[in-house]
Amino acid sequence: MNDIAWIDAALTSARPRAVSALLRYFRNLDSAEEAFQNACLKALDSWPRNGPPRDPAAWLIMVGRNVGIDDARRKAKQQALPDEEALSDLSDAEAEIADRLDDSRYRDDILRLLFICCHPDLPATQQIGLALRVVSGLTVPQIARAFLVSESAMEQRITRAKSRIAKADVPFETPGAPERAERLGAVAGMIYLIFNEGYSATGGELPLRAPLCEEAIRLVRLLLRLFQNEPEIMGLMALMLLQHARAAARFDKDGSIILLEDQDRSLWDKQMIAEGLALIDKAMRHRRPGPYQVQAAIAALHARAARPEETDWAQIDLLYATLERLTPSPVVTLNRAVAISKLRGPEAALQMIEPLAPDLSGYFYFFGVKGAMLQQLGRNEEARIAFDRAIALANNAAEAAHIRSHLDRLQNNGAPASKKV
Amino acid sequence: MLYAVLCYNSEETVFSWSKQEEEAVMTKLIAAQEKMAKAGKLGPVARLMPTTAATTLRKDREPAVVIDGPFAETKEQLLGFYVIDCESLEEALDFARDLGKANPGGAYEIRPMALFRPGSLRQ
Repeated sequence: MNDIAWIDAALTSARPRAVSALLRYFRNLDSAEEAFQNACLKALDSWPRNGPPRDPAAWLIMVGRNVGIDDARRKAKQQALPDEEALSDLSDAEAEIADRLDDSRYRDDILRLLFICCHPDLPATQQIGLALRVVSGLTVPQIARAFLVSESAMEQRITRAKSRIAKADVPFETPGAPERAERLGAVAGMIYLIFNEGYSATGGELPLRAPLCEEAIRLVRLLLRLFQNEPEIMGLMALMLLQHARAAARFDKDGSIILLEDQDRSLWDKQMIAEGLALIDKAMRHRRPGPYQVQAAIAALHARAARPEETDWAQIDLLYATLERLTPSPVVTLNRAVAISKLRGPEAALQMIEPLAPDLSGYFYFFGVKGAMLQQLGRNEEARIAFDRAIALANNAAEAAHIRSHLDRLQNNGAPASKKV
Repeated sequence: MLYAVLCYNSEETVFSWSKQEEEAVMTKLIAAQEKMAKAGKLGPVARLMPTTAATTLRKDREPAVVIDGPFAETKEQLLGFYVIDCESLEEALDFARDLGKANPGGAYEIRPMALFRPGSLRQ
């Protein structure tokens, strides 16, 4: 990497720490961001000449705070102050501030910044937009592209979110243990939302939206570094790594969906899988199961199977049963039914999903699974009806195309297809 | 003399590289090892997962306790190592300098080895 690329990487990685500490000083998101921007400009000037500081975040906080204070004074007095003087002797000051800002302080700072972004007054899309802008430092055009909306629409969304937060009460006192746990839970949920925005992308949207998955993984990495012994954060990170590891195998050249059991497993990212498996192992030692850990454990069983036939469906069924207990939902039961179909056949699976019909009457995946089960049983007419319903409910062209391929098979040979959803 | 070249860097920075940045650095690092590899002086090379994947067994009490995370909380973390066979410290330093050009930031600790068993692991 050349100088600029290195500095750019250092600024990006220092951003959450620096902006969140500056927020504590200025108690205002815009001022914190502005101070950080100014500090970055100084860094671009100073670092190539003097070499990068040992702790870029501490340097940026120090400089950002000084510049911010100067700005505030200047605005107050309407006169210029010599800002080089205020910035002199940075190297000594840096060591001092680095000591003062110990890791526990950073921890709550960053958690606060992330928590502000998932303020309950904000709709999910605004939460995500704000977090990507403020915490990750993506530009508005970058975020707009990932969300497939115009730049002005995204700009407006972020501005609205900010003004709502400015009016809301932001808790600046150091949180107690219960508040910290609550914040951590909300933040983890928001990060998983970011991930799913990327993960649910299909076809031509893929290259634009997939970076959201990487950004979410970067954020959870940051969170786990700060909260090293939280099994649910390990679980969330493992879950995202194990899912994202399949990225290269999930779609064919035309952007059509390739099901898990049909994927070319040699395309799965082995490094991500290894890290995901290591994390879920670590998490389970704590014996404090949670929804992310259980979902990661399910993903881990898929990742461990070299061939689809080696999948441990009995264990997956047990894990879904645990998940049903932890977070009861018809969607979880639907997923469990797929495991049941592998263990005890389509008839048993159908029995399991029938009672879900009233809750899932608008859910694409329900009719996809139902159609596949009926198809396996040779009940082709009923299968066709279910598949038609699924197509009508498909969220995107790739989903619809996938179901259409089932219908084609029904039409062509009338015989039960070997492939299962 | 056998040396271990221990690679320290800020994991916060290294693990926020984009895929392209990552690939560019790795390609350069492999090129930087080529000279030593050709001379038959390059032993095992390892890259470690981030410290978030680490577990520590503290054995200074009975019974030993298992802790999440690395042994020490530092600004720079041990992220990997090389084993090399060099005539002199200067030669080892030259190798580290070559690596450093490919991957700026952080530090390499050049540590003479007291014992080396290649073991029987096959990847």
